[in-house]
Amino acid sequence: MLPPDEPLAEIACRVNGRAVRGRAALRQTLVEWLRADLGLTGSHVGCAHGVCGACHVRLDGAVVRGCLVLAAQADGATVETIEAAGGPEEAALRDAFVAHAGLQCGFCTPGMILQAAELLQRNPAPSREAIRDALSGNYCRCTGYHAIVDAVEAAARALRGPAATA
Amino acid sequence: MTPARFAYARPATLDAALDMLAREEEATPLAGGQSLVPMMAMRVARPALLVDLNALPGLDAIEATPGVLRIGALARHAAVLDHELVAAEAPLLALALREVAHPAIRNRGTLGGSLCLADPAAELPACMVALDATLVLASAARGERRVAARDFFAGLYATARRADELLLRAEIPRAPGWSPWFEEVARRRGDYAIAGLAVMARREAGRIAALRLAFCGVEAAPRRLPEVEAAVIEGRDAAALLPGLLAPLGSAEAPAAYRLHLAQLLLRRATEHAHAAA
Repeated sequence: MLPPDEPLAEIACRVNGRAVRGRAALRQTLVEWLRADLGLTGSHVGCAHGVCGACHVRLDGAVVRGCLVLAAQADGATVETIEAAGGPEEAALRDAFVAHAGLQCGFCTPGMILQAAELLQRNPAPSREAIRDALSGNYCRCTGYHAIVDAVEAAARALRGPAATA
Repeated sequence: MTPARFAYARPATLDAALDMLAREEEATPLAGGQSLVPMMAMRVARPALLVDLNALPGLDAIEATPGVLRIGALARHAAVLDHELVAAEAPLLALALREVAHPAIRNRGTLGGSLCLADPAAELPACMVALDATLVLASAARGERRVAARDFFAGLYATARRADELLLRAEIPRAPGWSPWFEEVARRRGDYAIAGLAVMARREAGRIAALRLAFCGVEAAPRRLPEVEAAVIEGRDAAALLPGLLAPLGSAEAPAAYRLHLAQLLLRRATEHAHAAA
């Protein structure tokens, strides 16, 4: 808990399609504010210094580390978290992660899904190497990554349609 | 992992930002924050005032003039990596940026932030030296000032930028006929380089006519090595010169002797490539 005299920033932004006004401690990161004040606990705080990727959110359309952006910097911005990430890529990835056991504890999964969705939006048919490259900044301590790469590959195939699965 | 307290300002104009830096001695510019924010989280950095540059208009522009490619200091790594003008006029940057961290970091991190932090292992400072770029700085007191990249990097996390200055842009000479080479060795994909090498070479009539190179991760700061460049051009054993010229950094993970070994390895690969292509 931060002390009661903590300096605050006023924030007005869009979060998951809703206009939000609120306050955050100046030294609070975006992911901490989303979790503690807005109740959006899908983005996780893993390492809290930009290494693990569990905190990924979309800021003005780009996937970023939620722990390396200050909440105050979200003022005027558009934020999207895993809770509202409902595009075709995310839907296909969710199904594929389940089907291929691309998660065990699930802590890294929201960050993985957002990062993999950004990859598939840019590259509908990524090689396994490209998938590993795109997810190189997302740590998973359970799966050993093979099942995650399988899942992203399967999601890409599913999105490309029946011709691609043949 | 909570930073020490700081004041925060997000100026809307360059003049307002420069005024803040001039007035507050312990003000720190915040660009992408991909190094500064973790440094604050670990309390290695404790700025009194963060001057957030992200609302400054136009500071992220990428444009070509007849002589140079200009890249604004606030251009994100991902934007530079994907830009057609960069691919055409400074493809060395695209080669190097593929090695810079991970997609989410590249979406937020900036060219200017990387250059002004001057991490010894960072790729972009070495590229700016190899590209013979000019860095344009501004301050409220003295206006604009131009510094050659080879004079900008002064040591570990040390540059020629003064506390009241902001980096505005890098200007890279457009260099038809020059071709780039970049490779690095890192423990894992996206990690900082243990050693890396940026090379620009110009060929004429089947031979190397001119060459510029700079290492990253090896010494405290990137610099040109004229004797080494001349040896590569003349086909002499350039790697044999490195033990006498380099002062490699040492660390528990990568002792100085290992960095020197990697520097020689990279130089041999680059030399082979340059001569094969010529």
